[in-house]
Amino acid sequence: MELNASLSLVRPEIILSFSALALLLLAAWKDQAGRLISILAVAALGAAAAFTASALGSGASAPAFDGLMVNDAFGNFSKLLIYIAAAVSLTIAPRFLEKAGAMRAEYPVLIVLSCIGMGIMVSATDLISLYIGLELQSLSAYVLASFVRSDGRSAEAGLKYFVLGGLASGMLLFGASLVYGFAGSTSFAAIGLAMDKEVGLGLIFGIVFILSGLAFKISAAPFHMWTPDVYEGAPTPVTAFFASAPKVAAIALLMRVVLEAFGSQVLVWQQIIIAVALMSIIIGAVGAIGQQNLKRLMAYSSINNVGFILIGLATGTEQGIAAMLVYLTIYVAMTLGGFVCLMQLKDKDGNYREEFADIAGLSKTRPALAAAFAIFMFSLAGIPPLFGFWGKLVVFNAAVAAGLLPLAVIGIAASVIGAFYYLKVVKVMYFDDAADVIADSDDKVLVWTGGILAAANSPLGYFAIPVLGVWTAVAAKALF
Amino acid sequence: MIGIEHYLVVSSILFVMGVLGIFLNRKNVIIILMAIELILLAVNINLVAFSVFLGDLTGQIFAMFVLTVAAGEAAIGLAILVIYFRGRGTIAVDDVNRMKG
Repeated sequence: MELNASLSLVRPEIILSFSALALLLLAAWKDQAGRLISILAVAALGAAAAFTASALGSGASAPAFDGLMVNDAFGNFSKLLIYIAAAVSLTIAPRFLEKAGAMRAEYPVLIVLSCIGMGIMVSATDLISLYIGLELQSLSAYVLASFVRSDGRSAEAGLKYFVLGGLASGMLLFGASLVYGFAGSTSFAAIGLAMDKEVGLGLIFGIVFILSGLAFKISAAPFHMWTPDVYEGAPTPVTAFFASAPKVAAIALLMRVVLEAFGSQVLVWQQIIIAVALMSIIIGAVGAIGQQNLKRLMAYSSINNVGFILIGLATGTEQGIAAMLVYLTIYVAMTLGGFVCLMQLKDKDGNYREEFADIAGLSKTRPALAAAFAIFMFSLAGIPPLFGFWGKLVVFNAAVAAGLLPLAVIGIAASVIGAFYYLKVVKVMYFDDAADVIADSDDKVLVWTGGILAAANSPLGYFAIPVLGVWTAVAAKALF
Repeated sequence: MIGIEHYLVVSSILFVMGVLGIFLNRKNVIIILMAIELILLAVNINLVAFSVFLGDLTGQIFAMFVLTVAAGEAAIGLAILVIYFRGRGTIAVDDVNRMKG
């Protein structure tokens, strides 16, 4: 009975696990069924998302498997975001991978497996389930990064991601072992209780190692160095996936660990989070300036945005967490939109282009694409009235309310530096002489996805604020 | 009498050797894979030692999970390495530079 109750709480993960296995079997029987399996995988993610949404609506919170996992509003909100982002990166992929000769059935299966891992990550309340979820997500991601086997850059990206990801997992685990030893338990609740009394040197070492390992996974500075290389080398749909779903999962995991396990000793981790946030914002803004490759630019943009998201965590308040979730939702829409635009940059021979020089004067040849790209860039820069501005506003609001005024001031100043390279993209598209390398896009799926995401990032997005506000508030409440 | 601190010192030394093995090694990617295994070994020593000293089984169960995942991780790492070698014909660390880092 106890097991049945637990199993009913992890319904989305069960659906995804069985679909992943069934799709793998189907792939073994039917050759060249990559597209069909992609569609089925999107359907499975949709079903999982529907279950998650209904659980989110009820707002209940229940522990599963003797406290290894929990089914609460926070986890459900993150899962919903993850499943949607993964479904989008599945939808946009087929044409790209077919061109590279790599539209194999393993792509959707690996994405689904990675989503199971992310679901476990965001609902983990124990160091063991945290590790299992994180590794399931990471191991799938290493393979995805090197998915286009014929492309040397893809293999190199996979190798770099694997080595640095392995190091990050090792650091996280070493921290987990220290926390287990000095707190006497692996469960977040018990660690929280043990930390109520006093925090010895061993525990502090453990916390620092865990935070470093997680900073690797969310590509926050000073552990960001793998990001530009992996983002540039991985196939573009995979990069879109890396920049959205796993980032949501790792940030949600970081929030839960920090607040549920270490929540009673805010001062211990707050300085670390503030330092990491500031470094990410500044390195993300400055590092992007000299880049010629648009995918590398998006990588630095994601480092920069992670910094802004971490400002919400540094507050350690319920308002800050809700603000982070709002920013995270908007960030997923912005970054996916940016990559959808990047994927439409094809020359007349059908090759994908990703350099600054290729988009010169894009507004003359492809006005709609240039406009959509401009919307995403302005939104990422946080320029009103686009929706990206709202995310920055709520995060800075929370920081000011929590008394972190200097942090907010530095963050706003750095976002002005960051605006430079976003505006450079717009300037190159609108004011430079037309390079005329980009042909018309024939991929309706990309055009439609890009259009919907652009509408979500335009001022129309503000209509979503009431719903988003309620959901993020409920989700943030679950952590306190 | 060997106390918990002895185990911690050994595991810390192994951990540092693993991390240095990743960063100082300029020769061969296989050595990096070995260094990652060394880090996980350090973690396992920690977990089992703590488990014994706390009189709590969780640490040993955790160590079993780490062992299992480490096996999977090594398999995936070697698979990626094989793809890489096919494309480039070398696995020297200094040659992993098609994208500037």
